[in-house]
Amino acid sequence: MSKWLCLIALAALASVSLFVGVIDLLRVDPAEIWPLIRDSRFPRTVATLLTGASLAIAGQIMQLIARNRFVEPMTSGTGQSAALGVLLTAVLFPTAPIGLKMGLASITALGGSVLFFSLIRRLPPTQPLLVPLVGLIYGGIVGAGVTYVAFQADMLQFIEIWMNGEFSGTLRGRYELLWLAGIAAALTYLVADQFSIIGLGEAVSINLGLSYRQVVMLGLLMISVVTALTVVTVGIIPFVGLVVPNMVSLMAGDNLRRTLPITAMAGAGLVLIADLVGRLVIYPFEMPVGTVIGVVGAIAFLWLLYKGGRRAG
Amino acid sequence: MIDIHNLSYQIAGQPVLRDVSLQLAKGGVVAMIGPNGAGKSTLLSLIARLLPLQSGSIVVDDLQIGEATDIELARTLAILRQDLTVASRLTVRDLVGFGRYPYHRGRPGAEDRELIEAALKLFDLADLGDRQLDTLSGGQRQRAFVAMAYAQDTDYLLLDEPLNNLDIAASRALMEVLRDLTRQRGRTVVIVLHDINYAAAYADRIIALKAGEVVADGAPSTIVSDSLLQDVFQTRAKVKTVDGRPIVLV
Repeated sequence: MSKWLCLIALAALASVSLFVGVIDLLRVDPAEIWPLIRDSRFPRTVATLLTGASLAIAGQIMQLIARNRFVEPMTSGTGQSAALGVLLTAVLFPTAPIGLKMGLASITALGGSVLFFSLIRRLPPTQPLLVPLVGLIYGGIVGAGVTYVAFQADMLQFIEIWMNGEFSGTLRGRYELLWLAGIAAALTYLVADQFSIIGLGEAVSINLGLSYRQVVMLGLLMISVVTALTVVTVGIIPFVGLVVPNMVSLMAGDNLRRTLPITAMAGAGLVLIADLVGRLVIYPFEMPVGTVIGVVGAIAFLWLLYKGGRRAG
Repeated sequence: MIDIHNLSYQIAGQPVLRDVSLQLAKGGVVAMIGPNGAGKSTLLSLIARLLPLQSGSIVVDDLQIGEATDIELARTLAILRQDLTVASRLTVRDLVGFGRYPYHRGRPGAEDRELIEAALKLFDLADLGDRQLDTLSGGQRQRAFVAMAYAQDTDYLLLDEPLNNLDIAASRALMEVLRDLTRQRGRTVVIVLHDINYAAAYADRIIALKAGEVVADGAPSTIVSDSLLQDVFQTRAKVKTVDGRPIVLV
């Protein structure tokens, strides 16, 4: 029941999004309405929905694998590693097609995530808050590496696009990769139980006949692909993967078979609203969606640390 | 039958199990006792493939540990470990439901749901089915995990100190349910217990471990004695026989 309400609210917001922009749809020559919607407004709206939904699910899966509620790909090095991959492709193979760029970004993102998980394995389980701290530092170091490479290659203005997510450049023909991210995220629903069980730890997983390593690698692959596709098309958008799964978990628990659709809708809603706010707050100019979510997300993150710290393990 | 052959295990060069060979016949309650660090949990974890074998072999029915597939083993034996911390927010019914995973692989059917409800009822959790695990008391959570292992519907059930956190009524109720499982359905329960009186009261066979070796093995009435407590636990406690079964005076 409430799921349908969410879906209706999301559809309403999405239709509002079609009408928000510098050109007022109600006063424009009717012949121009359809091309405008087709080429700009619709792609942008769909891009926000796909990005939000897939990032929220990627965050949820990452938290289950880490067994820690305070990690998410964009602030724990996966996003930065993806950006490094895109940058290296741009430096080494400037004429590479988008598919190759995306593939390399996925590989570096996967490498970055595997390294992050091998780092946090050594942390004492009694100190759950060390995990997000290590993630932030690790992400910062990889990010600094990206800046260094970009500086050397005289490409600093390019990395802004990948490091600061925004949707103002989203046009028909330039966002379609996000559908793949959406599909990758949606596929996790097929193995929802496996990921829920992984969240109960390695011993329980083995006992129930799961191939623990295989499911973890599948999860990391999905996280990396979603992150890389998002970074390549719209750039790093932090906090969605952190805030949304935590809110959903507080309200509806962690049985993914039940909660993944809610997580997806909430993520889509958050990014769509943040993008609407970004488009309206200094209208007719725009504020990047990453900045809006950064403000909202930082507050939500502090609140979660304060409220959920005791049960973080 | 669980057939353990020349099993040794080391952690950081320190031997935890030394050349253990045991045959656990099908059916009945087998209690493992021994001081802390005797290797009881390690033995259970090795049988349940939670730790990789270093030397020796374990065969459960016709399944060789280390070679049999995960799913076959998950339908044959279930283990409940001591550490039951859960970070996930799950309801009791969700948790017990995961016990059915080896059968439904993510697509539970009517039969799975029936078995889940039966497990909730059997372990006195029917009213708590929709409660979140983190809102339960330690004893209730413990029972939820035992119910999950039960829902796994395996011939062999390995339990590592399941009486932790349980009061006397819940402890006796759990031991009775386990004994009924062995009597009525031919299940085999291997259970690590600290309280020798529970072992003496409910087990068909007691195996005492000390420093990684089996030092006593037999029916409770034949092995529980002053000298066993002295040898294995280095404590002077008297053992009396009441109604034909040994009782340790603590």
